[in-house]
Amino acid sequence: MRILKILFVGALVSLAAASACAAEVVVYSARNEQLIKPLFDAYSKESGVQVKFITDKEGALLQRLRAEGQNTPAELLLTVDAGNLWEAAREGLLKPVASQTLNANVPAHLRDPGSQWFGLSVRARTIFFNQQKVKPADLSTYEDLGSAKWKGRLCLRTSKKVYNQSLVAMMIAEHGEAKAEQVVKSWVANLATEPFPDDTKMLEAIAAGQCDAGIANTYYFGRLMEKKAGLALGIFWPNQQGSGVHVNVSGAGVVRHARHEKEAVALLEWLSSARAQNLFADVNLEYPVNPAVKADPLVAAWGGFRQNPLNVARAGELQAAAVKLMDRAGYR
Amino acid sequence: MTSSIQCPIPVPGVPLLEVHEIRQAYGSQAVVKGLSFSLAQGSIGCLLGPSGCGKTTVLRGVAGFEPVSGGEILLNGASVSRPGFMLPPEQRRIGMVFQDYALFPHLSVADNVAFGLHGANRQERALRVAELLEVVGLPDSGRKFPHELSGGQQQRVALARALAPCPALLLLDEPFSSLDVELRERLGQEVRDILKQQNATALLVTHDQHEAFAIADEIGVMHQGVLQQWDSAYNLYHQPASRFVADFIGEGVLIPGTALSGDRVETELGILAGNIPEACRNQRQVEVLLRPDDIVHDDASPMQAMVAHKAFRGADILYTLLLPSGQKVLSLVPSHHNHADGEKIGIRLEADHVVMFPRAEAGGL
Amino acid sequence: MKRHGWRLAATGIALLIIVPLAVVLASLFSPERDVWPHLLEHVLPGLLGNTLRLVLGVGIGVTLLGVSLAWLTAVCEFPGRRFFSWALLLPLALPAYVTAFVYVALLDFTGPLQTVLRELAGGPLVFPAIRSAGGVIMVMSLALYPYVYLLARNAFLTQGKRALEAAQSLGYSRRAGFFKVALPLARPWIMAGLLLALMETLADFGTVAVFNYDTFTTAIYKTWFGLFSLQGASQLASVLILLVFALIAAEQVSRRGLRFTQAGRHSRMERIILRGPSAWLASGFSALVLLLAFVIPVAQLLLWAEKVVAQDFDARYLGFLWHSLLLGALAAALIVAAALVLSYAQRQHGDGWTRAMARIATLGYAVPGPVLAVGIVIPLAWLDQQLIGAARNWFGIDSGLILQGTLLVMLPAYLTRFLAVGYNPLDSAMQRVTRNLDEAAQSLGLSGLAMVRRVHLPMLRGGLLSAAALVFVDVMKEMPITLMTRPFGWDTLAVRIFEMTSEGEWERAALPAVALVLAGLLPIALLIKNTDKS
Repeated sequence: MRILKILFVGALVSLAAASACAAEVVVYSARNEQLIKPLFDAYSKESGVQVKFITDKEGALLQRLRAEGQNTPAELLLTVDAGNLWEAAREGLLKPVASQTLNANVPAHLRDPGSQWFGLSVRARTIFFNQQKVKPADLSTYEDLGSAKWKGRLCLRTSKKVYNQSLVAMMIAEHGEAKAEQVVKSWVANLATEPFPDDTKMLEAIAAGQCDAGIANTYYFGRLMEKKAGLALGIFWPNQQGSGVHVNVSGAGVVRHARHEKEAVALLEWLSSARAQNLFADVNLEYPVNPAVKADPLVAAWGGFRQNPLNVARAGELQAAAVKLMDRAGYR
Repeated sequence: MTSSIQCPIPVPGVPLLEVHEIRQAYGSQAVVKGLSFSLAQGSIGCLLGPSGCGKTTVLRGVAGFEPVSGGEILLNGASVSRPGFMLPPEQRRIGMVFQDYALFPHLSVADNVAFGLHGANRQERALRVAELLEVVGLPDSGRKFPHELSGGQQQRVALARALAPCPALLLLDEPFSSLDVELRERLGQEVRDILKQQNATALLVTHDQHEAFAIADEIGVMHQGVLQQWDSAYNLYHQPASRFVADFIGEGVLIPGTALSGDRVETELGILAGNIPEACRNQRQVEVLLRPDDIVHDDASPMQAMVAHKAFRGADILYTLLLPSGQKVLSLVPSHHNHADGEKIGIRLEADHVVMFPRAEAGGL
Repeated sequence: MKRHGWRLAATGIALLIIVPLAVVLASLFSPERDVWPHLLEHVLPGLLGNTLRLVLGVGIGVTLLGVSLAWLTAVCEFPGRRFFSWALLLPLALPAYVTAFVYVALLDFTGPLQTVLRELAGGPLVFPAIRSAGGVIMVMSLALYPYVYLLARNAFLTQGKRALEAAQSLGYSRRAGFFKVALPLARPWIMAGLLLALMETLADFGTVAVFNYDTFTTAIYKTWFGLFSLQGASQLASVLILLVFALIAAEQVSRRGLRFTQAGRHSRMERIILRGPSAWLASGFSALVLLLAFVIPVAQLLLWAEKVVAQDFDARYLGFLWHSLLLGALAAALIVAAALVLSYAQRQHGDGWTRAMARIATLGYAVPGPVLAVGIVIPLAWLDQQLIGAARNWFGIDSGLILQGTLLVMLPAYLTRFLAVGYNPLDSAMQRVTRNLDEAAQSLGLSGLAMVRRVHLPMLRGGLLSAAALVFVDVMKEMPITLMTRPFGWDTLAVRIFEMTSEGEWERAALPAVALVLAGLLPIALLIKNTDKS
C-alpha cells in the first residue's frame, strides 16, 4: 500500500509539474550538490523562481536526456567540463541561445561557437611540484614532463577522468595525434606509481615525496592547502612562452525541449553575471569566466597566467580520439 | 576367488573385545552405568534393548567416537578407551555400518567399497572390491552410484565397504531399521553367513530381537544403561535372569504362585516342579513366567479358559485366554484349532523350565 | 489452467531480465566501425587478462577464507567459536567499495602506516603497493568471503559430521577425512557461494574504480562516456555477459549427475574439540579475518566520521537514511514476492521451460549496474512515450513523464539485479517443503491458500527472512542504478558516498558510510539469527 501511495504521488508530482507550469527551472547538473545548492537558493531568493535539480555523472545525465527525449523535464544542463557540453550539442540535446548578456559575459573561446552552451567558471589544469625536491626553474612545459630527467618522478591521475581526456584532446588539437601520442607515452614511461583515482590523492603523494611533480586541477590544490596548510606543494604555470595553460570550463546550456525556456535563459544569464560569478566560482576555488569579475583572493594569490586560447569545444571534438590515444599509449 | 589382500587369521586365546565396567555420560547425564562383556574372535555379539537404553552409546564408545568416563575398553588385549584416553577411531582397525549407511553419495559403489583400502595398489583394490561385491551379492553394481540403489542394496554396499579393509571388529548400528520386515529376516541370515564366511568378529546393536536372534551368537539385553543379561538367544528366552528380560524377550505373562516344599510351586494351572532360584527360596509368594509355548490346548483337560482375543499368525494362532480367576495367559496353538472369542477351551500346563521371580516389586531383579 | 498460470508468471518475471539483457546484447549486431576495432586491439586483451586474474584471485581468496572459517565454526570447537560463528558474517554490511577506500587510505604511500614506517626507518622503504591487482584481490576477498562462508557452513552443518565418522571408521584421520569426504560433499554449496561472489566481482564498479584497476565495468564506463559510444559500451557488456554465462555453465556441468543429499537421519552433532596450539590458531585466524574485514574499516570510518559529523550532519542526513531504508524495504518485499512466485512455479510445474525461466531470471546479478540501468531505461522510456502519447491523444492530458523519474524505474531494475540474491535462500528452504507434506495437509482438509499459509509459510519463514535480509542490504549498498534512475532529490546513503569519493573527499564519505553500515547491521543480525542453528 505504501508502494502504491508513493508511485501515485510520483505520478501526481510529474503531472503537477507539467500542467502547472509554475515559475521554476529544472537543472540536470554534473556539478556536485554542495557546490550548486547555495547558488540556486540565492537565485530563488532574488528572482522568486524555484530551481529543482538532480546531480549525477555527466554521461549518465546525457543518457537520461536522450532517453527522455521531448518529454524531458530538464531545462538546463550543467556540466563540469566542455567535452560533455560539446557532445550534448552534437546530439541535438541543446538549443542555441541568442543573448547579448551571455556573449558579453563569456569570452568567445570559453563558449560554444554555435551558442548552444556557455562556460560559467574556469579551472586550470596545471603542474604541481614538491617544493623540497624541485625548483620552478626545473619545470617548463607539459610536454617536458616526458623528458628523461623526470623518469620515476611523475604522478598522474587516471585517464578515465574527463579532465585528463580534455587535456590530451587539447594537445591533439595543438600538436596533432602523432606528437601527442609520443608525449603521452613518455609521460607513462616516467610514472613513479600507478595513476591515482583522484587529484587530491595525487597531490598528497607529491607532497609526501612518492613523486616530484604532477598535473592537477587548481581547485583541488586550493582545497588541499586549506585543509593541510603546511604542505610543501608548489604551483607552476607551464607553456607560458607557447600555447598557455590548459583550461576547461564548468558550463551550461539550455535543453532543446525545455518547457520554461525564458526562465532557463534568465537563470543562465544570472549565472554569468557579476553577482553570481563569485558565488559560482569562489565556493569551488575556480576562476570566474566573466572577465569583469575578480577571482577569489586565495585563488588570485596563485598568480596570473596565460590561458590556452583554443576554443574549449575542441576538447569535446577530440575527446574520443584522446581516449583512444591514451589506450594506445598505455595510459590507464 | 583369491585376492591379494589377505585378511589376517584370528589368533585364538585372547578375546577380541573386552569391555570392563564402562561408564558413559552426556554432559551430566549418565547414560551407561557400569557395563561389562567380552567378545571372542569370530563370534557375533549383539546389544539388544529399547530406545534410549544406551546401546548405541556403547557401540560408539567401542568405535572411538564417544569417550568413557569410567572403566576400560580393550581391543585384542590393548587398552583403547579409558577415562582421559581415547584412541582415535581411524587407528582402531574397526569397521562400521551406520544406521543410515552413510555411503558417500559423490563416489561410485566401487569407490565407496575401496575407500578404506589404503596402501593397496590399483589392481589389488579392484580385486578386493570385486571379491566383496560378489560376497554381498552385488557383483555388477560397481559403477552405479548410491542413489541408484535400493535400501537393501545400499546396506549391502555399506557392509562391503566396512569389510573391505579386513577390520579386526565390525560394528553394526541398527543395520536393518530402515528396511521392511521380510527383507530384514532374509538379510539377517545373509549377513550372518557373510560374517561367518569372512571369519569376522562383529558387534551389533538393535532394538529388534528377531534381528538379534537371526544374526548373533551372544546377545546382551540392556535397560537404562545397565546390562541385564548376556547370554545365548535360547537362554534369554527360556531362562531370563530378570523381569525386564523376561518381558522384553518373547511373549509371556507372570502369574502368581505359591512356593511349596520340595522344589515345587503351585499355580492356578497346576503344580510345577523345577529349580527354585535362590531369591525365591524363602518366599511363599512368587510370580511364575509362562510363555505361550508352556500352555497347550487339550480338549480333554478339566482346566477351561475363555478366549479373550486371538491373533492369527499363519501356522499358529496366539490365543489370549482368561483363567477362571480372571488372570490372562497366552497360548500358541496350531491354527487349525480355530476357536471364536468367548469360547471356552481346555488347556494344560506343559513347561520344561520353571522361571520365577519374587512377587511384585516394580522393575527388575 | 493452473499450470499455465505458473508458467506465465515465471516467464513474466524472466522477461524482466530478458528484455534489458536483449537490449544490451542487441548492440552486438551492429558493431560500430570506429570503436570496436580499437577496443578489440587495444582494450579487450588487457581486460581479459585483468578479469581472469581478478576472478582467479578472488575465487581462491573467498574459497580459502570461506571454507576454512565455515569448517572451523561448523564442525570444530575452539575458544570464541560461538561468537565468531555469527560475527564472521558482519562484513556483509560493509560495501566492498567502502572497504576499498579505507584500505587505500591506510596502506598507500601517503597513508599512516607507511608514513610511520618511513619515520622509523629514517628514509624511503619498499612496501607492497596497495593500488595493484593484489590489493584489489585482497579487498574483494575480505568483502565477499561471507557468501561462501554462509553456504559452506550450511553444508558442513547438515552433512559434515556423519560423512566424517564414516571416513574415520575406514581409517582416515579427521584431517584426511575433511579433504577426501567432507569437502567434496559440500562442493555444490561452496560452488554456489563462489558463483555469487564471482558475479559480484564481475559486476563491481566502485571498488575497481578506487584502485584504478581496469575491468569490463571500467571499460564500459570509459567507452560509454569517454568515447561517447553507447554501442561500444553495450558490446563490451555483451562480452561480459557471455563470460558470465560461461561461468554458470561451468558450474552446472560440474554438478551434473551427482546427488549430494544423503538418505537417512542425522545423529547428534559432536564437535571436534581443538586443544592447545590448534585451538589458539583457530581463534587467532578467525579474529584476524574479522579484524581485517570489519573491525579496522569500521574503526577508521568512525574516526573520520567523528571529524566531519559536526559540519555535515543535519536533517538532510536523516532524509538520506530514510530513502535508503525505504528503497531497501520496498525492493526486499518485491523481490521476495517474485522469488516466491518463481520458486512455487518450479515446484508446482517444474518442467524444462519453467526451470529455464527460473535460471534466466536469476542472471541479472551478473550484469553491471550501469549496464542494467541502460537496459531498463531504454525500454521504459519507450513505454513511457507510448503512455504519454496515449494520455495526450485519448485524454488530452499533457502529463510529462509518467514512469521515468519515479520508483517505477528503480524497482524493476533492482528486481532484475537482485532476484538471484532473494531466490537462492528461498529455493533451498523450498526444497524441504516436500510433496508428502502437501498430501498430508490435504488429507487433513487443507488446500490452496490455507495450506500455503499454515504449512508452507511457517516452514519457509527462515528462507524468507534470509532472502529479505540479503536483498535489503544489497539494495542499500547499491549505487550505479540508484544514481542513474532516482527521482529528484532522492539521494540515498550510497549516492552520498559516491558523491564524496568522486571528489576525493574520503573523510566526508565516512559519515554516510557509517550510517550505511549501521543500517545494514539490523538485517544482518536477522540473517544471523536465522542461519545459526547450532
